[in-house]
Amino acid sequence: MEVVYGHPKSLKPIQTKYCPGCGHGAIHRLIAEAVDELGVQDRAIIMNPVGCSIWADLYFDFDSVQVPHGRTPAGATGVKRMRPDHLVICYQGDGDLAAIGTAEIVHAANRGEKFTTIFVNNAIYGMTGGQMAPTTLVGQKATTAPHGRDPDGAGMGYPIRVSEMLATLGGTKYIARGSVDSAINVRKTKHYIKRAFEAQLRGIGFTMVEILSPCPTNWQMSPPQAADWVASDMIPFYRLGEIKNELVEGGGA
Amino acid sequence: MAEEKRLMKGNEAIGEAAIRAGCDAYFGYPITPQNELTAYMARYMLDSGRVFIQAESEIAAMSMVYGAAAAGGRAMTSSSSPGVSLKQEGISYACGADIPCVVVNVARAGPGLGGISPAQGDYFQSTRGGGHGDYYHIVLAPKSVQEAADLTYEAFGLAEKWRMPVMILADGLIGQMMEGVVLPAAVDPGARPDRPWCAGGRAGLAREANHVSSCILDPAGLEASVRARFERYERIAAERTRFEAVNVEKADLILVAYGTAARVCLGAIQAAAKEGLELGLFRPISLWPFPKDELARLAKAGKRFLTVEMSMGQMVEDVRLAVNGTVGGAVAAVDFFGRCGGVIPSEEEVLAEAKRIVDAMNASTAEPRSGSARR
Repeated sequence: MEVVYGHPKSLKPIQTKYCPGCGHGAIHRLIAEAVDELGVQDRAIIMNPVGCSIWADLYFDFDSVQVPHGRTPAGATGVKRMRPDHLVICYQGDGDLAAIGTAEIVHAANRGEKFTTIFVNNAIYGMTGGQMAPTTLVGQKATTAPHGRDPDGAGMGYPIRVSEMLATLGGTKYIARGSVDSAINVRKTKHYIKRAFEAQLRGIGFTMVEILSPCPTNWQMSPPQAADWVASDMIPFYRLGEIKNELVEGGGA
Repeated sequence: MAEEKRLMKGNEAIGEAAIRAGCDAYFGYPITPQNELTAYMARYMLDSGRVFIQAESEIAAMSMVYGAAAAGGRAMTSSSSPGVSLKQEGISYACGADIPCVVVNVARAGPGLGGISPAQGDYFQSTRGGGHGDYYHIVLAPKSVQEAADLTYEAFGLAEKWRMPVMILADGLIGQMMEGVVLPAAVDPGARPDRPWCAGGRAGLAREANHVSSCILDPAGLEASVRARFERYERIAAERTRFEAVNVEKADLILVAYGTAARVCLGAIQAAAKEGLELGLFRPISLWPFPKDELARLAKAGKRFLTVEMSMGQMVEDVRLAVNGTVGGAVAAVDFFGRCGGVIPSEEEVLAEAKRIVDAMNASTAEPRSGSARR
């Protein structure tokens, strides 16, 4: 009898340390499924960042390299340049990618580095306990924005739409934004991830999938409330879909 | 057969030596006075199908080195003092993850932006683990273009043997001056040590997944890992400490200096000899591990020391620690003479300082001495 749905081979069969309702678990699974379907478990390398997903090396059954906070794209550049036939997955959160590592992501993308960034946007710092992120929405509360993000009055600035910003760069070939708030969005996100991985394996330029991901603990919500908040508040600001697609003739947003 | 001697700039000789040592990937960011090295690597690495990236910052360049080495490559970066401060983040991570790589500091004068002239004010940063955490790494200090090439060539193998970054601490003078150099032969790419720990190359899932990381959240586990590294440091100190000693047995006063300052001291020693004064030179080549045992031996034999640096006095602390308070049973006399800010001490002023000390030694052999006025 054929097994049509099971635990991905690239993901170890252990319980994660992530909080209930956290998006990392679902995102890990999507990555592992895509790696399995492409048959590249033995040549996949994940760059695991500083943040909650520092645990990634416990869960994925492939090689990993852990780099300084924000330098993930620089580390991935070094890895991919030395191992061009490997699938290099640069896993980053919003603090890692859009704050401390802004220079690294912009320049890696602009050089057209041939790895895939999985950008997990939960609009908050998770591991450090709920500080304001570059992607925190206007009015959203954080430990460092106790009255909510106030762009002008308190000089906290505006949430950054990183995918749209990177899409302006010549080196970027595929940028999509998905979400893991609902079953349908999970399925679409899987499709984006697989498309980005396939493009990487074909040696096309920089690819990235941004994924809106709930953080119930630091949003101080229940898991269902957090999933609802992604749909009601995040998605209207962070539009889902393929933002840039230069993988095929005539492709695009 | 050895190659013919070539006239090369220090920066270019370092680059060529790295290429011959099998450097697979170079990452750098422009900064004076090491720019010729980055340009040399751009010219020859790309042409030979190797990796060259002008990075967006020294911080990124160091993390690229970290990634390339973690994936099994021979990787290198170079910079000068302010840029090396930025690299300290990645150097700490590389030390924590036991990643071999080569970092070249063609040092200039600080602090801050300082100046672009040669200086030795980065000794503490280089030899004390310049980033956060408990660690050291090998630091090699060339005094000439030839030695810069030789030490760079050797650095890649040392880094792999000891699983750590190896720093070449030159200064702007070594980088900028031209001298004759005989370059080492290109290494056989097949003769490299295996890197069973690195990321990538897990064909057929023939082994467990490798995780290259410095992260150990369990305090007892992290302590054990740091302690194991410090045991390795002891072995490095036993095997890899290097120095040059000139006329140290005859002389009562030994000049202690590295790099460019050591060359000035050699000139002062020759000038002293013409006046009938015997001076010696003790030149650490490995600044870490520091050749403390040999200095201690000389101290026990009754020698006195004048440390000469292009700084306000950094290595002199290691000399004093090595001598450990006694010279021939009396209180140690370790004097210091230094110029900083990019000023290179002259042979004449080093000789004058040496003579002052020798005169004082002759006048009062038993009396404890205070440090030099320049300190």
